[in-house]
Amino acid sequence: MSKLSRRRLITAGLGTAAGASGLAVAARLADRHGLIPPDHGGIYGVGETVTYASQRLLMSFGSAARQFDRSQITRVPHPNYPVGPPNDETFERLRKENFADWRLTVDGLVARPTVFSLAELKGYPPGTHITQLACEEGWSYIAEWTGVPLAHVLNLAGVKPQARYVVYYSLQSGWWDSIDMPEAFHPQTFLTYGMNGGDLPVQHGAPVRLRVPRQLGYKNVKHLSRIMLTDSLKNIGKGLGSAAPEAGFSWYAGI
Amino acid sequence: MADSAYVPGLFIRSSDAPRHSAIVRVTHWINALSFIGLLVSGIAILLVHPRLYWGETGSVDTPSLIDLPLPFVFKGQNGWGRYLHFLSAWFCVLNGLIYALSGFLTEHFRKDLLPAKADLTWRSLKRLDAEEPLSYGVHQRLAYAGVIFFLFPVMIWTGLAMSPAVTSVFPAIVSLLGGQQTARTIHFFVAAALVLFLLVHVAMVYLTGFTNHVRAMITGYSIARREKA
Repeated sequence: MSKLSRRRLITAGLGTAAGASGLAVAARLADRHGLIPPDHGGIYGVGETVTYASQRLLMSFGSAARQFDRSQITRVPHPNYPVGPPNDETFERLRKENFADWRLTVDGLVARPTVFSLAELKGYPPGTHITQLACEEGWSYIAEWTGVPLAHVLNLAGVKPQARYVVYYSLQSGWWDSIDMPEAFHPQTFLTYGMNGGDLPVQHGAPVRLRVPRQLGYKNVKHLSRIMLTDSLKNIGKGLGSAAPEAGFSWYAGI
Repeated sequence: MADSAYVPGLFIRSSDAPRHSAIVRVTHWINALSFIGLLVSGIAILLVHPRLYWGETGSVDTPSLIDLPLPFVFKGQNGWGRYLHFLSAWFCVLNGLIYALSGFLTEHFRKDLLPAKADLTWRSLKRLDAEEPLSYGVHQRLAYAGVIFFLFPVMIWTGLAMSPAVTSVFPAIVSLLGGQQTARTIHFFVAAALVLFLLVHVAMVYLTGFTNHVRAMITGYSIARREKA
């Protein structure tokens, strides 16, 4: 009996030690391969991490947001614009001049920090896709989006190899978000300036909205002003990766 | 467990064998907990936008399929619903996989849950036995098998079909259904069917000896059998 319990004790101890060190190794490996989201802490962190890691691995085999026919475009795309445009004189002035004075700053871990005008962005080879924007609330619409792939602008600025996240800020104060490098360099991730054949309406984020079609609507920040590359999200805001987790929403929104 | 007759290399099903195997008992309660998590968070998610649509898209600016007689609440503070929904979903799915794997390997599904072909006649389906048999009756088998092999798989399928990331890898899972909003609507109705099953399940347990059934699902044995042993 005592022999058995001692053997059991040793086995259980070894098993626990192996399990714990296995977990530690797995966590370090996952972090190195960018499989741990910034909001991995707290009671919901486990589910978030497993969801993010498994979807990232799944998508590494190739993935593109579903594209639709022009006939499927939603006639009245819901703008979801409860707070209205940035409530300040700067935005009003920019809007009156058709955003001629608007600039997009790209800085952080880039070889050449650059400032782009709207005309410059429109001068690059444009991309279009007809994709769905699905809100976390449950509603959705389909629209045709025109813009320049974010990858094009990032390549112009020259992303440094240690960069791991693209942080993006809105003219609307307090509104910012971030995505990882696979999402940033995905060919469907656009700096969008056109919608359904016309200019991007103010309600939909004029002059430029980041379009991330493989994630939910709230990752598609409107009225962009700045893009910043970083190797860590720890010292930005509350360190959770975007304004969304600070308000209780998950950072990764592939769902 | 020590009560059951055990000969190395040969498992004998004796009258002392537990009513529910250990794996069934453990996975049952993990499933119960994760289902409560999914239900509570699912209601929270629904109450942000209690309108259902058919096809690919839908919003307050488009016609609905059904306007549920529920208020729009949790606007702007519903993130916890999604966090809890996915945490519970992982527990539910991984636990369900272990259960399903063991159900096939131990032949629990074939022996205890799938109704015999002979029982699938209109006459035997019409007959409602009042006595409590040692194994499940045909109605119980049909209900449990329907939940395990149809309702839960459809829930997982329609849930994944709402994910823009998952459908970017497997577009067929949503196009086969006819659209993301169709997936959402089916997800709602199948959830309602699961809640109906839960209510009937708990009512039946209550009516046929609550303590005995719950004891059997925790310890493996009901009182009557324990006394005999």
